[in-house]
Amino acid sequence: MRHEKRPRAVWRDSIVRELAQAVIVLVAIVGTTALLLAVGGYAVDSGLAALWRGSLGSWYAFTSATLVRAIPLLFTGVAVAVAFRAGVLNIGAEGQLLAGAAAAAAVAISLNGFPAVIVVLLALAASAMGGLAWASIAAYLRSRFAVLEVISTIMLNFVALHGVSYLVRGPLQEPTHIYPQSSTINDAFHLPRVVGAGRLHSGLLLALGVSIVAGWVLRRTAAGFRLIAAGESPSAATSAGRIDVMATTTLTFLASGALAGLAGGVEVLGVTFALYENISPGYGYTAIAVALLARLDPWRVVATAVLFGGLEAGAGAMQRDAGVPSTLVTVIEAALILAVVAVGALRRRSSFPDAAATPIAA
Amino acid sequence: MTSPHSHDAPLALALRGIDKRYGNVQALSAATLEVRSGTVHALLGENGAGKSTLMRIAYGLERADAGSLFIRNDRVRVTSPADAIASGIGMVHQHFTLVPTMTVAENIALGGRGRLDLADVARRVAELSTSTGFALDPAARVETLPVGAQQRVEIAKALVHAARILILDEPTAVLAPAESTELLRWVRAYADAGNAAVLITHKLPEALGVADEVTVLRRGRTVLAARRDDVTPDALTSAMIGEELTGAKLRSSDEHQRSRSASGPAFRAKGLTLSDAAGVVRLRDATFEITAGEIVGIAAVEGSGQRELLRALAGRLAPVSGTLDRPSIVGFVPEDRHHDAVLLNRSLAENVALRGAGARRGMIDWDAMSARTERLMAEYDVRAEGAHVPIRTLSGGNQQKLVLARELELDSSSERALVVENPTRGLDVRATAEVHARLRSAAHDGAAVVLYSSDIDEVLLLATRVIVVFERSVRELPLDRERIGQAMVGAA
Repeated sequence: MRHEKRPRAVWRDSIVRELAQAVIVLVAIVGTTALLLAVGGYAVDSGLAALWRGSLGSWYAFTSATLVRAIPLLFTGVAVAVAFRAGVLNIGAEGQLLAGAAAAAAVAISLNGFPAVIVVLLALAASAMGGLAWASIAAYLRSRFAVLEVISTIMLNFVALHGVSYLVRGPLQEPTHIYPQSSTINDAFHLPRVVGAGRLHSGLLLALGVSIVAGWVLRRTAAGFRLIAAGESPSAATSAGRIDVMATTTLTFLASGALAGLAGGVEVLGVTFALYENISPGYGYTAIAVALLARLDPWRVVATAVLFGGLEAGAGAMQRDAGVPSTLVTVIEAALILAVVAVGALRRRSSFPDAAATPIAA
Repeated sequence: MTSPHSHDAPLALALRGIDKRYGNVQALSAATLEVRSGTVHALLGENGAGKSTLMRIAYGLERADAGSLFIRNDRVRVTSPADAIASGIGMVHQHFTLVPTMTVAENIALGGRGRLDLADVARRVAELSTSTGFALDPAARVETLPVGAQQRVEIAKALVHAARILILDEPTAVLAPAESTELLRWVRAYADAGNAAVLITHKLPEALGVADEVTVLRRGRTVLAARRDDVTPDALTSAMIGEELTGAKLRSSDEHQRSRSASGPAFRAKGLTLSDAAGVVRLRDATFEITAGEIVGIAAVEGSGQRELLRALAGRLAPVSGTLDRPSIVGFVPEDRHHDAVLLNRSLAENVALRGAGARRGMIDWDAMSARTERLMAEYDVRAEGAHVPIRTLSGGNQQKLVLARELELDSSSERALVVENPTRGLDVRATAEVHARLRSAAHDGAAVVLYSSDIDEVLLLATRVIVVFERSVRELPLDRERIGQAMVGAA
C-alpha cells in the first residue's frame, strides 16, 4: 500500500508516524534496559553509559562496532523479510549464513595467487550459492513433500553448525592442525576498509545495495508483486492472479538463502578472515527480529539492522565495562519484538474491527 | 401463513437504544429490536445497515456503546457468548463456526465444561434428531457433510444449550431451494413451540413467507417495525433502501433486456470429463456450446459437479478427457470472494493488478494502475476513499463490484467471456441489482456469460439458456422453474 499515489498530507502523516515510532522504540529500549539493570542489581547509570559508549558514543564505536555488526544483520534481515513476505517462514538464515561463509572461505583459500578482484567476486558468488544450496534442501522438501520450512530450516541450522565444525577440523583446517579453524585468508582478498571509519569494510555498500534493490523489487516489479500476492493469499494469487505460487515461493526461498549466504561471505572476507566455529553470534536468528521490527520492508531493515547492531555492540561494552551479562540485551531484543507484535495486533484491531473474520455489519 | 400471533405476546428479546461505533463509522444509532415469544422475526436491511452488528451485540460478540438488552423483560448484561447462551440465546452464523475435522458430536460438545462424555453427547444428538426431525449422525465428520447438514449441526449446537431465542444470520444463503424450504419450515415449527427466531435476511420473499413480524434497519437506525400483515413488499423495499431506489425502479431494471448480438460459439465442450483435486470424477462426458452474447445459467445443487465445470470453463481446471474450446482469457468471479478473488489486506489498485499478475513481466507502473483503478471505480460505482485503501475496508457489495470490474475489463483484441459463481451472495438489494445489470450489459456487448447461482430464481432472472448439472452430467432445459428445480434434484 506504499506505492500508490496518495495525497501529500497522507505522506506527511506517515512520515511523522514513522518518526514517532522510531522515538518510541528508542525510549522503550532505554527504559527497558534501565529497568532490567535495576532489577538485576547493577548500577543503572554505568550500565547505560557503557551501552552508549559501545554503540554510539564515539565515531569509532559507531563504525567499527555498530555498523560492522549491522552488515550481516542487513543481509540476513533482508533475506528473512523477503521470505516472510512470500509466506515462506525461513528460520534458517543462520545455517545459510554458515554455508555461505564456508563456501567463501573455501574459494578464497584455495585460489591463493589469483587476481584479488576475481577471487573476491568468486568468493562472494560462492557464498551466495552456498546459502542458496543450503536453502534448496528445505525448499525441495517443502515443494515436494510439503515439509514445513519452519522445522526443516531450524534443523538445518544445527546441521550447518556441525558441518562448519567438521570442516575446520578436517578439510579446511589450517596446515598445523592445531586450531579448529581454517587458514587465514590472504590479505589481498580482504574487503577494502571504508576510509576513515576504523574496521568498517565495504561490505556495507553491498548490503545497502541489496536492501535498496530488494525494496525496489517488492514495490515496483511484477515479480515482487507476485511474491507479495503469494504470501498474502495463495488461493487468491492462484485463482485470480494465475500465479504459480509454488514456483514463486520456491524462487523466493532460494533468493533468501542466497542473501543469507552472502552475509557469511562478507563476514569472512571483511571481518573474520578465516572460517571458525563461532563465526556468527546468531546473526541469522537476530535477523528475524530485525525483519519483524522493520515490518518486513527491506528499506526499513536498514534502520533496524543498525539498531540491533548497536544493541549487540553496546551489550559487549556493558559486559566488559560494567560487568553486565550480555544476555540482558538479548532479553531487551526479545521484549522489543513482543512489543512490536503486540502493537501490530492492536493497530489491526482498532482500525478494522474483526476485519479478517466478518464484515462490520450485514 | 400460520396462526396469527398477537402483538402483545410476551417479549422474548428486546434491544433498545443501541449505539455502536467503529472508528469513524457509526454502525448503530439508537437501534431497537423487539422480538416476541412464539414468533419468527425478520431483520431486514441493506449491507452495512447494522443487522449483523446488532445481533452480535445480542449474542455478546460485540459490546454496545449505549443501550440496553432485555430478555423476557429482565434487563441483562451480555458480555460474552457464554452469557448469551446462559440466557437462552443461540446464534447460527452465516460463516459456520464448526471444526471440519471433528465429528458432529465433538462439535456439539465444544464449549462445554468439565468432563467430556461423548456417549452422552451422542445420546443428546439422537434426542435432538427425533425432537426436531433433523437427521444427524453424531459420528459423522463435519467436513464430509453437505452444507445443509453442517447448518443443522450449527443449529443443534444452539439447541443443545436449550436456546429459546435463535438468531439465524442469512441462513438460506448457502442452501439449495429445497433445503431452504425445509429449514424455514423448521424455523416456523420452532417458533410455534413458543420460542423466538430472528431471521437476518436480504431476501424479501423469504421474510414475507415465514416471518410474523419485521424490523428494518437502515444505516444503523430502526426505520420500520411492524407485523408482517401490516406491510407491503414495496413498503419494506423503500424502508430498506430509502427513497432514491424504489420497488418500481428495481423491477424495471429487472426487465429482460436480452440481446442476441451473437457470433460463433465462445465455449465448445465435447465429451468433457472433469475431476476434482482429489481425483474424483465430478463431470462425465459433457457436450454443449455457449455462444457470445448470451447468459447461460448453470443450475445445480451443491456438489453436483458445477464447481468443476465452472473452473474448467474459466481455465482454472484442466479436463481429464474430452475437449474444451474456450477463449484464451476468461474473467472469473468465484463464489468465495475473500478466499479466491481478492487480497484483503492490499489496496484496490493492487487487487486490480492481481489479474494477470502471473504472466506480467518487468515493472508495474503503480501510478497508471491507480488511475486505471479509479476509472474502474467510477465506471462500476465502487464507493471507496481511493485506489490506495485496503479492499477489506469496503463493503461486500463494493468489493464484488471491483472484482467484476476487474474481471470484465478486457483489451479490445481478446474475446470476451465471463464465468461467475454465486455473484450476489451476501450482497444487498441495491448491489445485487447493480451486479445483475453489469452481467446483462456484458452479454449485450457480446460477452459469453456463464452464471451459476444456488438461488434458482437468480438463474431464471438472468439466463437466456439454462444447463442443469446433476450427478455428474449436464442437460439443457427450457426456462421453466418447476422442471429445472426437479432436474436439479434428479426428480425429472
